[in-house]
Amino acid sequence: MKFKEIIKLLEIRCPGGSAPIEEREAVLVQPDKWLEIAQILKDDPDLTLDSLMCLSGYDKGDGENLGVAYNFHSMSKLHKLEIRIEVSIENPIIPSISQIWKTADWHEREAYDMIGIQFDGHPNLQRMLLPDDWVGHPLRKDYETPESYHDLTIPKDKTYWE
Amino acid sequence: MDYTLLNKFDQDNIVVEKLDNLINWARTGSQWYFQFGLACCAIEMMSAAGPRHDLERFGAMPRATPRQADVMLVAGTVSIKMAERVKRLYEQMADPKYVISMGSCANSGGPYWQHGYHVLKGVDQIIPVDIYIPGCPPRPESLLQGLLELQKKIKEETPLRKKSDKK
Repeated sequence: MKFKEIIKLLEIRCPGGSAPIEEREAVLVQPDKWLEIAQILKDDPDLTLDSLMCLSGYDKGDGENLGVAYNFHSMSKLHKLEIRIEVSIENPIIPSISQIWKTADWHEREAYDMIGIQFDGHPNLQRMLLPDDWVGHPLRKDYETPESYHDLTIPKDKTYWE
Repeated sequence: MDYTLLNKFDQDNIVVEKLDNLINWARTGSQWYFQFGLACCAIEMMSAAGPRHDLERFGAMPRATPRQADVMLVAGTVSIKMAERVKRLYEQMADPKYVISMGSCANSGGPYWQHGYHVLKGVDQIIPVDIYIPGCPPRPESLLQGLLELQKKIKEETPLRKKSDKK
């Protein structure tokens, strides 16, 4: 299916839940409609987006919004779709889709680890890469590198830089 | 390898030599290294252990436990999460123990020296390092050179002398 047809189908199946981002060929989805739309993406016979290729968290950089981009691919229909969800930085809660696509389990943990997005309904939302007692989420734009961790120092030597 | 000791066996199978030298000779020829790799330097370490470069001709063979290892090859990026494990593994090794820091990351943090929030800026912050091997990653020949330099260093040691008598 072409991008325009997918938008039309989503608008019919779940009105008001999604809006197209034309220049990226992506679909912006409301967080409260996301589980419903995710189920449609997987089960609709014309879409059958059965493969979650990638899930990336991102910080928009305006100090207000965080987001998640999902890239889907259909093994039988051979079409792709990008879904984006954006939430406020104070309350970054997005429903987890790890029950629908198992791939999302570890990807969501990584997005939680690096960006700090809370995935509601995730079975085991712990840090993926960093130690459990790490403070902060390092890929946020306002992240400040710590000076030390336990008894290890992380020097900030800027002598030969800039 | 130092064969001067062996050459003295020419007559009567009797050798008069300092015990220090005998111990050092044994230690230089059995640098069993602790087998673990942290990043891409580990690929070069595996290549050096393979048949083309063949570390075992210097008596260096990989051991999978710190109890049996004499040399710790820190091959790769030491992340802060790993640093505590590296320190603990070093403490579990039996004396005499030596450390070779392999590659820029283990030496100084490498490409992460400024902006890596998660990388230890040099493994010498947590454990004493005997030999630094530069390179990103170093070729197997560099690792061989490092091992030979460590052999030279071991030969200078005086293991039987009291610590208080040493310079």
